[in-house]
Amino acid sequence: MRYLPLTDNDRRAMLGAIGADSVEALFRDVPRSVWRDRPLDLPRALGEIEVERALSRLAAKNLPLSSVPSFLGCGVYRHHVPAAVDHLIQRGEFLTSYTPYQPEVSQGTLQSMFEFQTQVALITAMDVANASMYDGATACAEAVMMANRVTRRKQAILAGDLHPHYRETTATYARFGDFTVVERPANPTAEDDLAALVDSETASVVVQNPGAFGHVRDLSALAEACHRAGALLIVVVTEAVSLGLVKPPGEMGADIVAAEGQSLGNAPSFGGPHLGLFAAREKFVRQMPGRLVGETVDAEGRRGYVLTLSTREQHIRREKATSNICTNSGLCALAFTIHLALLGEAGFTRLAALNHARAVALADRLSALPGVRVLTDRFFNELTIRLPRPAAAVVEMLAARGFLAGVPASRLWPERRDLADLLILAATELTTEEDIAALAAALGAVLQ
Amino acid sequence: MATVKYTKDHEWIRIEGDVAVVGITDYAQTQLGDVVYVELPALGRRVEQGKEAAVVESVKAASEVYAPISGEVLAVNDALSGEPGKVNADPMGDGWFLKLRIADAKQLDGLMDEAAYNAFVEGLH
Amino acid sequence: MSEWSKALSGFARDAAAEATISGNRGLRLEDPLLFEQDEPGRCGVDLPEPPAMDRLGALRREGPIGLPGLSEPQVVRHYMRASQKNYGIDMGLYPLGSCTMKHNPRLNEKLARLPGFADIHPLQPQSTVTGALELIDTLARWLKELTGMPAVAMSPAAGAHGELCGMMCIRAAIEARGERRQRVLVPESAHGTNPATAAACGYAVDPIPADARGRVDLAALKAKLGADVAAIMLTNPNTCGLFEDEILAIAEAVHAAGAFFYCDGANFNALVGRVRPGDLGIDCMHLNLHKTFSTPHGGGGPGSGPVVLAASLAPFAPLPWLLHDSAGLRLVEQAAGPAAQTIGRIKGFHGQMGMFVRALAYIMSHGSDGLRQLSGDAVLNANYLLARLGDLLTASYPGPCMHEVLFDDRFLRDSGGVTTLDFAKALVDEGFHPMTMYFPLVVHGALLMEPTESESKASLDRFIEVVRGLAEHARSGAAAAFHAAPRFTPRRRLDETAAARKPVLRWRKPAVTTREAAE
Repeated sequence: MRYLPLTDNDRRAMLGAIGADSVEALFRDVPRSVWRDRPLDLPRALGEIEVERALSRLAAKNLPLSSVPSFLGCGVYRHHVPAAVDHLIQRGEFLTSYTPYQPEVSQGTLQSMFEFQTQVALITAMDVANASMYDGATACAEAVMMANRVTRRKQAILAGDLHPHYRETTATYARFGDFTVVERPANPTAEDDLAALVDSETASVVVQNPGAFGHVRDLSALAEACHRAGALLIVVVTEAVSLGLVKPPGEMGADIVAAEGQSLGNAPSFGGPHLGLFAAREKFVRQMPGRLVGETVDAEGRRGYVLTLSTREQHIRREKATSNICTNSGLCALAFTIHLALLGEAGFTRLAALNHARAVALADRLSALPGVRVLTDRFFNELTIRLPRPAAAVVEMLAARGFLAGVPASRLWPERRDLADLLILAATELTTEEDIAALAAALGAVLQ
Repeated sequence: MATVKYTKDHEWIRIEGDVAVVGITDYAQTQLGDVVYVELPALGRRVEQGKEAAVVESVKAASEVYAPISGEVLAVNDALSGEPGKVNADPMGDGWFLKLRIADAKQLDGLMDEAAYNAFVEGLH
Repeated sequence: MSEWSKALSGFARDAAAEATISGNRGLRLEDPLLFEQDEPGRCGVDLPEPPAMDRLGALRREGPIGLPGLSEPQVVRHYMRASQKNYGIDMGLYPLGSCTMKHNPRLNEKLARLPGFADIHPLQPQSTVTGALELIDTLARWLKELTGMPAVAMSPAAGAHGELCGMMCIRAAIEARGERRQRVLVPESAHGTNPATAAACGYAVDPIPADARGRVDLAALKAKLGADVAAIMLTNPNTCGLFEDEILAIAEAVHAAGAFFYCDGANFNALVGRVRPGDLGIDCMHLNLHKTFSTPHGGGGPGSGPVVLAASLAPFAPLPWLLHDSAGLRLVEQAAGPAAQTIGRIKGFHGQMGMFVRALAYIMSHGSDGLRQLSGDAVLNANYLLARLGDLLTASYPGPCMHEVLFDDRFLRDSGGVTTLDFAKALVDEGFHPMTMYFPLVVHGALLMEPTESESKASLDRFIEVVRGLAEHARSGAAAAFHAAPRFTPRRRLDETAAARKPVLRWRKPAVTTREAAE
């Protein structure tokens, strides 16, 4: 078997050194009643050829985003990843290395994560960022728990246009972590007065910007209302590229930012693995979850990097840790940081402007269709339209015609019949004018 | 002359009238290694004997510091936030943690004097 | 004297001998940070000029972000140079106990990148991703068969996340019974995520001591069981590398008390294909696809932590569920119908699809016969280390061990001050990543070695020779040399005290001095 180097000769010699008769003898502590003499009744080993054939057949049954005009967003976005990124992250020194607990032989990982932390702090306009979480949804839940620790309160108010997966994840963590969440109802046409709900019981208010329907808002007044009441403002960002054009959370008074980084460096991959970004104000750093890389010097005075402030974490603090997180999204974070290194200031801002321009073109085209109304007036690259009939059926019809037309609101808010005619679409730098024209034509035809 | 008493968790307490100064012993700081951070209680907080009053962190460990007696926190050593290394350099002096108003002086009776504490530390090896 | 200055005083000052003009040393190339290579306007990606368009008004970002501009060749060089400062399994033995650093096959990378897997969106119409659903279902069936459990939750993103999932299901099941239980029993040798997870679920953690044989003390466990215990969290084989041979009695006692048995599956590499945890009486167990099933560690992640569940816990599994119905496979994303009692979502979307592809490719490559051989080789390799090192190093427990072997620092007692840490740093100079140090906490100065089945006998013999040499060296009064290690790595020992006292967690532009400003 190609991955197993030991030969029968080796095994004999090793058993001789150990003084055991057989490999089975080494398992003598296993109760005989559960011991299996033979392999399980499952398929036997396959060579590369057969494995590749079998999995390629499964892959061929899926419709890739790049093969048809695609307008799906809602927390996962189709972007172009420069070829260099994937080559660099597949270097064995990055791909097959472990968590950098031995810093002398992990400076590659540690330095890259230090640069990543800096980039995340810069794009969110916050003071400090960690070395990644699992995804945006769990980062959101962890942000709420951090706000509870900081304020010593137990209630979070979740904005109505927070991505339902983020809302649901936070609610699950709340139920078992013994804190409460107030879930505001989604309203794609009117802004909720969250500031009026903040009181002395509130630990945090969680808003998404751009919101799940695409709205871009000014959060400064809400931030002030939170701070007056001693609460924290948590801002969720599901489309990291938006930070290249939209006023960042840190400039609007955010205390914690929980974001999804998949848009840079990482393929959609059917929803995982993705990349949670987590940033906060300096004064809260000791309450942050997750790994943190810090700068220091070595014995010869050369600059180097180490994991630091580790006493927050589970391997030291155990049941008093800020989080139980151990493994993070290291390689996805590396892909993000390399992609952003290639883009730089000029590239990142241009990429964001391109995304916005394509979305504006999409909005203008769709609003010209009879029966279609664009509900999002101020957006980045994602917007919501109202159709004259249920959106899910329209999406299926368009799929049959070779379009991935967006996410019907009923997929994310199935309990809201009143949202069933809403369709959420995203446009990115990969969306062409032909795609937009073709979609508009097909949608027009389907709606007749 | 100030009386100094000790606990089995390696805290010391120095009585100055009805105020007590609390810190950790030289043995404790050796065991911990370089102190990197000290989490001190808020002024005015009431601490209870044997319950957590502060947390002292080194690079690889975090230890609770328990109140040797009950009392109200009158002062904390703010210098430790900028220079936590004082705990290592001068644990019985500049490295003090907090000052308490003594609630019940009888609680001191159960604590060890210097000779008893030194014998206790000897016995730990 | 601080620990740091003590460490510094031990280093031989050979800087002069190794000085170069550039600071590079042959193939060991230094590089400034990205931010120190900035040229405004420079870019490594060519994008078309967007039309001037602004629907954002006052919400448009003003002012510079501060990101540096580099060209593609510079970025490639930067990360190539960074990678050279890293050690990975691709390069050599990585005997980290309980981490299972095995070979990461490149076939898995190739297949995960097929557009049909990588370029699909989780919210596409399900009719357009039937292959993805079939892959997840196929992997799920393998995991259930290998563990002997009837159900599996695929969405947890990592082991700790799986632990949280399992404990949430347990708490939900207990609440559904109309009970409230406050305590969770956790062995003292447990990985830190176990008590952290229990606390995150609202439980008080009650530790169980180990007995003299390194196993959970059954009598102590039974004494702690009661009507207020929700669960025990046990690792098997445990973190001392030993099979919990009283596990059937443990399961019986736990169930008799109305509690649940959570099993930490981090050490499944010892048992895969040979023993089914379901037969041992567990109620749920997380699997680490990035350990047992070879998905790469990637410098810290991503992982994937599916949780197998007993029938009593299956109704509470997190969303989404993957169900078979008359039309085929279907994702259930709401708490309704069969999933009415679900604990809800614990992350966005459906789970770590990229890791599912890799793990399934790995499992299919091995098959049931290969998996059985794999666990046998893993256990054989660890016992070989014990046999060939046990006379010089101090094994904490007599053999046989499972897939990992635990030593402690008693053998360093007369070394004049060589600690487990020093020993590990000396091993680094010899070209090996150290074993796990100072874990588990139940022995002093632990050294936990897990070779995995990916090591040839020759590789193990080389490692054994070096470890034996270092052990003898440590006992011959060479403490100063150990304190100076490592000497040959891209960086020598780093000042972790300073890093924690004055944390610098991001790059900041150095302030311009008045003199510079005047020039």
